[in-house]
Amino acid sequence: MQHSAHLLDIQHLKTHFATFEGVARAVDDVSFHLDRGEVLGVVGESGCGKSVTAQSIMRLIPEPPGKIVGGHIWFDGMDLTTLDPAAMRRIRGDRIAMIFQEPMTSLNPVYTIGDQIAEMFELHRGMKRREAWQQAVAMLEKVQIPAPHKRAGEYPHQLSGGMRQRAMIAMALACDPEILIADEPTTALDVTVQAQILDLMLQLKEDFQTAVMMITHDLGVIAEVAQRVVVMYAGKVVEQAPTLALFEDPKHPYTRGLLRSIPKLGERSRQGRRHLEEIPGMVPGLLELPPGCRFEPRCSHATAVCREREPELLDLGSNRLVRCHLYGS
Amino acid sequence: MTTYILRRLVQGVVVLLAVSMICFIIFRYLGDPVLTMAGKYATQQEIQEVRRAFGLDQPTYVQYGRFIWNALHGNFGKSYVSRVPALGLILERFPATFELACAAMLIALTLGIGLGVAVSLNPSSWPSRLIMAGSLGGISVPTFLTGVLLIMIFAVYIGILPPFGRGETVQIGFWRTGLLTADGLRHLVLPATTLAMYQLAVLLRLTRAGMREVLAEEYIKTAWAKGLPPGKVIVKHALRNVLIPVVTMAGLQFGELIAFSIVTETIFQWPGMGNLLLQSIYETDQPVIVTYIMLAAFLIITINMVVDILYAVLNPKIRYD
Ligand SMILES: Nc1ncnc2c1ncn2[C@@H]1O[C@H](COP(=O)(O)OP(=O)(O)OP(=O)(O)O)[C@@H](O)[C@H]1O
Ligand SMILES: [Mg+2]
Repeated sequence: MQHSAHLLDIQHLKTHFATFEGVARAVDDVSFHLDRGEVLGVVGESGCGKSVTAQSIMRLIPEPPGKIVGGHIWFDGMDLTTLDPAAMRRIRGDRIAMIFQEPMTSLNPVYTIGDQIAEMFELHRGMKRREAWQQAVAMLEKVQIPAPHKRAGEYPHQLSGGMRQRAMIAMALACDPEILIADEPTTALDVTVQAQILDLMLQLKEDFQTAVMMITHDLGVIAEVAQRVVVMYAGKVVEQAPTLALFEDPKHPYTRGLLRSIPKLGERSRQGRRHLEEIPGMVPGLLELPPGCRFEPRCSHATAVCREREPELLDLGSNRLVRCHLYGS
Repeated sequence: MTTYILRRLVQGVVVLLAVSMICFIIFRYLGDPVLTMAGKYATQQEIQEVRRAFGLDQPTYVQYGRFIWNALHGNFGKSYVSRVPALGLILERFPATFELACAAMLIALTLGIGLGVAVSLNPSSWPSRLIMAGSLGGISVPTFLTGVLLIMIFAVYIGILPPFGRGETVQIGFWRTGLLTADGLRHLVLPATTLAMYQLAVLLRLTRAGMREVLAEEYIKTAWAKGLPPGKVIVKHALRNVLIPVVTMAGLQFGELIAFSIVTETIFQWPGMGNLLLQSIYETDQPVIVTYIMLAAFLIITINMVVDILYAVLNPKIRYD
C-alpha cells in the first residue's frame, strides 16, 4: 500500500464515459494534490473535466456510462478509487463534503432546510432528531443566516439563492470535513452575493480548518481565494502553480489566454471599455482529440512537435508544473 | 387554508346539484314511474290515484324541490322491485364493493410503486423491459378480458382460487366483511387483481416516469454526496418527491374504483353495488339507479376533495390563495 504525505493525492486519474459515438475521456491522466488547510483552485473552460474530477473523488460518477478506468486517489492511506461502497459512504459528507453549482436545485424541495442539515448529524454522528435539529440551527447561525430558528423550519423555495447556498455550505460543513469540494459555488449567484459567499467560505475555512478545492472557470474567484491553482484543459492538467506566480508569470499558452480574457483593474478606467481578448478556436470535442498536444489547434506557438507528440507534465521547480513543449529541453 | 377548503366545498355542492338535476330528469322522465308502480294492467283511475299519491301531478319545480328535500334526508324512494328504501339496499352492498376497491387499491399502490421504482433504477435490464411491456397490456386490455383470463388460469386450469362470489363473510354491526375469513380472502384475490390491473399499470408508469426525472435532479446528487445509503437516497429523497403526483392519482382513482367496479363485480358475481346497479338497470328500477348515481357522485367529489387537501399538505409549495 502506498502512502502519501498529502491530505488528498490524485495520481493519474482517468475517468471515461461510454457514449454512443465512442469513449469520452473526460478526465485523462490527471494528477494533483491537496494539503491540509489550503485552498486549491481548479480552473478551465466548460467541459474540461473539472466536475468529473470532483465527482470521481466523491465516487459520484454515474455508472454507466461513466467509469474510473485508472489511477489512484489517496486519502488517509485509502485509495478512494477502489474503496468499498460502505466505507466510501462513511467518508462522503463526513470527511469529504461537496457543494454544487445550482443552489436552486441542489436542496430537496420537500424537506425543510433544518431537516436536510440535521440529516447529516443523524447519519454521521448518530444523533437523535432533537439534538440534530439544534445542531442544524447552530450551523445556520455559523453561515450567518439571520433568524436561523425560523429559517430552519422553512423549505428551500422560501429562501433566496444566496441563502440557499449558505444553507448548502452549512450542510457541507456540518460534520467538520477535512476536505470541502466546491464545484462553482458562486457561478449561479449575483455578483454582490458571490462576494459574500466567497468571504463566508474563506472565513469558515479558517474556523473549521478545512482544505478547500475550489472549482471555477472564473480566474477572479481564484485570485481572491486560492493559494495554488490547477489549470485544466480538455481532460488534462496543463499547468499547476502558486496563485501569485501563475498570475504574474503564466507559462502555458492556454493559461496566458485565460488571463488575457479577464479585465484588469484600472485598465478599464484608463481606456474605457477595453476589448477582452478571447482564445481563438473552440475546445476540441473529447471524441476528436488531436493526436499531439490537445491545445495545439488553438495555440499560436504551435510547432511540428506539438502536432505529433503529446507533451509531458514538466517540473519547472518552485512548485510549478507545465504541460507544454515550449519548456522541454 | 380555510378559504381553500370552503371554496372546494361550494364547488362540490354545485356539482352535486347538477348531478341531482340529471338524476331527477332520469327519475321523472325516462319511463313513467307511475306505470311501473301501478302495474301494466292498471285502470286509468288507478293510475291517477298512484300519480296523486306520489305527488307526480304537481308542477315540476315542486317535484324537484321535494326530490332534493328527500335526498337530503337520505330518502331516495323505495325500490320498485323489492319495495324497500333504495339507499338501504345500496348501503347494504357497500361493504362488499368498498373492500374490493380497497384491496385493488392496495395491490395497485404497492405493486405499482414498487415495480415503478425497480424499473426506474434499471431501465434497460430485461426484467424492466418485460414489466414495461406488461404495463402497456395492463392499460390496454379491457377489464372483462383480464377477469375471464384470470378465472380461466387460476380457477379453471390450476384450480387454486374460487371464480365467483364473496365466500364466507362475517357480520360486524352493519358491516358484512369478507376480510376476516380465509375463504373470504381467497375469494377476494382474483376480482381485486382484475380491478387493480389498470390502476396498477397507470401508477407504475407514473412512478417510473417520475423517478427517472427526479433521479436526474441535482438534489439527488446532494443526497449521495451526504453519504446516505442507497435506500435512503431512493426512498426518502427521490420517491418522496415522486409520491405527490402518484398518491394524488391513486386517490382520484379510488372513487372511480368504487363507483365503476361494475364490470369486475359482474364477472365475478361479486355481491356489491355495481352488481346491484346492473341488475337495477335491467329491471328499470329507477330509485336504485338514481340513488347509485347520487352516491357515486358524492363519493367521488368527497374523495377528490380530500385528495386535493392532502396534496396541498404533502406539497410545501402549494399556496392556498
Ligand atoms: N454523464 C455523462 N455522460 C457522458 N459524458 C459526460 C457525462 N458527464 C460528463 N461528461 C463528459 O465529461 C466532460 C467534462 O464534463 P465536466 O462536467 O467535468 O466539465 P466541467 O469542467 O465541469 O465544465 P463546466 O464548467 O461546464 O461545469 C464533458 O465534456 C462531457 O463530455
Ligand atoms: Mg462543472
